[in-house]
Amino acid sequence: MKTKQKPLSTQSEWTFELIQSYEHEISKIAKDFGLSTFPNQIEIISAEQMMDAYSSVGMPVGYHHWSYGKQFLQTFQSYKRGRMGLAYEIVINSNPCISYLMEENSITMQALVIAHACYGHNSFFKNNYLFQTWTSPSAIIDYLVFAKNYVARCEELHGVQAVEQIIDSCHALQNFGVDRYKRPQPISAQQEEDRQREREEQRQQQINLLWKTIPLSEQTKSKAKPVRFPGEPEENILYFVEKNAPLLEPWQREIIRIVRKIAQYFYPQRQTQVMNEGWATFWHYTIINELYDRGLVTDSFMMEFIESHSAVIRQPDFDDPYYSGINPYALGFAIYRDLRRICEEPTEEDKMWFPEYADSDWLATLDFAMKNFKDESFILQFLSPRVMRDFKFFAIKDHESDPFYVVDSIHNESGYHQIRKILSEQYNLSINEPNIQVINVNLHGNRELTLRHIQTDERPLAKDTELTLKHLYRLWGFPVRLESKSKTTITRILQVPPETTSIEAYDIPFSG
Amino acid sequence: MQNSYVIDRRLNGKNKSAVNRRRFMQRYNKRIKQSVADAIDRRSITDIERGENISIPAQDIAEPFFHHGEGGNRSFVNAGNKEFTEGDRIQKPPAGQGKGTGSGDATDQGEGEDDFSFHISTNEFLEYLFEDLELPNLVRKELGNLEEVSYRKAGHASSGIPSRLNIIRSMKNAHARKIAMTSSLRKKLKRLKAELLQLQSPSHNDQDHTKIEHLRIEIDKVKNRIKNTPFLDEIDLRFNRFDVVPTPTSAAVMFCIMDVSGSMTQETKDIAKRFYLLLYLFLKRNYEKIEIVFIRHHTSAKEVNEEEFFYSRETGGTIVSSALLLASDIIKTRYSPTAWNIYMAQASDGDNWSNDSPLCVDVLKTSLLPLVQYFAYIEITEGDHQDLWDHYLKVQSEYSNLFSMEHIHSVSDLYPVFRQLFHKKGGG
Repeated sequence: MKTKQKPLSTQSEWTFELIQSYEHEISKIAKDFGLSTFPNQIEIISAEQMMDAYSSVGMPVGYHHWSYGKQFLQTFQSYKRGRMGLAYEIVINSNPCISYLMEENSITMQALVIAHACYGHNSFFKNNYLFQTWTSPSAIIDYLVFAKNYVARCEELHGVQAVEQIIDSCHALQNFGVDRYKRPQPISAQQEEDRQREREEQRQQQINLLWKTIPLSEQTKSKAKPVRFPGEPEENILYFVEKNAPLLEPWQREIIRIVRKIAQYFYPQRQTQVMNEGWATFWHYTIINELYDRGLVTDSFMMEFIESHSAVIRQPDFDDPYYSGINPYALGFAIYRDLRRICEEPTEEDKMWFPEYADSDWLATLDFAMKNFKDESFILQFLSPRVMRDFKFFAIKDHESDPFYVVDSIHNESGYHQIRKILSEQYNLSINEPNIQVINVNLHGNRELTLRHIQTDERPLAKDTELTLKHLYRLWGFPVRLESKSKTTITRILQVPPETTSIEAYDIPFSG
Repeated sequence: MQNSYVIDRRLNGKNKSAVNRRRFMQRYNKRIKQSVADAIDRRSITDIERGENISIPAQDIAEPFFHHGEGGNRSFVNAGNKEFTEGDRIQKPPAGQGKGTGSGDATDQGEGEDDFSFHISTNEFLEYLFEDLELPNLVRKELGNLEEVSYRKAGHASSGIPSRLNIIRSMKNAHARKIAMTSSLRKKLKRLKAELLQLQSPSHNDQDHTKIEHLRIEIDKVKNRIKNTPFLDEIDLRFNRFDVVPTPTSAAVMFCIMDVSGSMTQETKDIAKRFYLLLYLFLKRNYEKIEIVFIRHHTSAKEVNEEEFFYSRETGGTIVSSALLLASDIIKTRYSPTAWNIYMAQASDGDNWSNDSPLCVDVLKTSLLPLVQYFAYIEITEGDHQDLWDHYLKVQSEYSNLFSMEHIHSVSDLYPVFRQLFHKKGGG
């Protein structure tokens, strides 16, 4: 143990010098713990600016769209009513890693945020395999600038409303605009622009080929078997539309691409909520405690810190009016913390459940856990009986035909495995989001596009599915059909436009 | 090794969301306009200048996406078990009451029942109001400008627009600068001249010839340099500066006169309300203190409060002159024309007892028009004009600069009644 040092500050106000010296000490501690991070770009902003950042889903630059305005009004309204405190921080997965600190924060909060965002989230962004595979932190800002300018140029050329309609429709489908298996290559803004021009030409050729209407000779026709298109079902609906929709203008295809690129960029964040927040929380907790052990912060600093920290990891019970599901900060933090305990002071139970981790080097084990998993596999691998007991987890079965909920399993010997499995599935996006894929296009008839929804556990689609389908119809330009299939039977067919209506008479209602 | 940078961004613009917010407002323009119109009907005339809370049903602005709905078979984990044990059965709450054990599903959003509400500012509220009234842009700008101001001389500034150049001060500065800049040169010139004079004096011999020549060249050089000092430089310029100060204003009284006989419906009253509102907004810009007198009439006239004015109903015939006479009396007793600027706005459906119309004209000409700044009359009717209209037409031709009348079909016809008023004041 080092000798105690002088506290960095005794007041709660922050100054730039203070932030820098805290940052410096925190970076030393992070280094001692072996955290590997991108360089940090820490930006001090006002509350208003935080609301701006908030309402553009954390993108530092974004194209204009009414839905971000809606988001802003919502944020502003609840902030004004004092119903919601603003997030203390926003952090962007970029290189350098940009973090926003609010000027209203006390120095304690600033230090917490620096430890949480600039070292916790930052190291997660840099090292987790999903982020490494799917995002290009050094290119994202350039790409967002390109996207913003491109959309603005389209608005000038084609009118705000035309562009807005395309973006509306893309947003409706953006969760279905991600590749889950293919890896895109990172490129710079200049390359992006060059390629955009190339793409425009190529796309048109490809589409002309697909939709050529010159009749085939009788001979070739009789030889050709009716082919399915696409050859394999396509889960990336936006990608499919971008490449194959018959009537879209090149600029409309580019906008589809922009929306799905951005959706793709955020996809890893949606898959690692518990892990990512848990990791950042674990590190702000560990780092700030280390600051205290080194004598760099005062007791009153720690009091304020502990108060904020316990608010972050508060987990209300299911019957509490404030209950809104499981708090990802709390769950993630608990798992990492318990994993450290398992490494350092394993019990008999831990040795049985986690033979490979008990008594291992905790830093190496946590590093491994952070790097190689996403929420579902992370929970399946590391959720310990101890954490399940602490949270008093219980699993509920809700079957449509049963007027009762059934308690499936609870936090006891016979229930641990089952609870862990159910909780893991709860974070599995491919179970959580409906499984919908493009399975066919009627190439030689009315060009109808068919989607197949494969139902898991007989769960139906929500009420607004038809509205979403209308958006797809707007992009595709020809009839769209969605079949829901449970096991082997088709349970529901939705068509836009409905079969009885002629296409001309069927217009998508625009706006409210 | 510096691996982190701290940047102060607080001075960067904070209105990054302004465009998106505007887009949102445009998209839901119709709804916002409706909310504003409702607010106008609800509010008092004098309470028009503040923002408004706008509310839009959440489902109208929801963004649809593919997600699971209710139903099917699901399992989920909750926290905080107390007495449950494996196999317990819990009665589901009846449909429509929401789930007691809310699940932490990410797909629960989007179908809330709550309204989406937000606040629009005073300026935005007025802008929607003006759009409703179809005011021309110039007038909108004038009325929307919440602070009425004038300019007052406030010293001088070193920058400004050319038309405000202060010539005397600028020239004074130029002069001073020239003196300061050339002082060493002039001293030098003086010395050189003295030297030359000495050399040229008869006591000297011819040997100094080259020296004299040299001195002359030197003197010319210095003279040139003095001459080349800029006549007027940018740093000399001084401009008159003006401060923006609120205009000194005086008092006005506004008479709202309305026919409340049975033939006036709530709809016509709502139009009439906007008519008074417009006049009120105009007066608000021009006068510090405004009082409003509400006079309603059928066969007899009565001074009432705003509530009663707009919302109580009467039946019976109509004698317009009763209201005009009452107004005249009130002016005599309470609003001396020397202290008050008097404006009158009369709304009616054109009904009048036929023998009464000549009397109205008489009252107007003798005891009202000489005292008022402006008299505006609107007739809200679907039917033919009756003889009050014809009589008023005569008045209008005689007093065209302070009497204005219009037949109103919709709110967009309201502005022309005040056109002259606004042009007179707005233009000057």
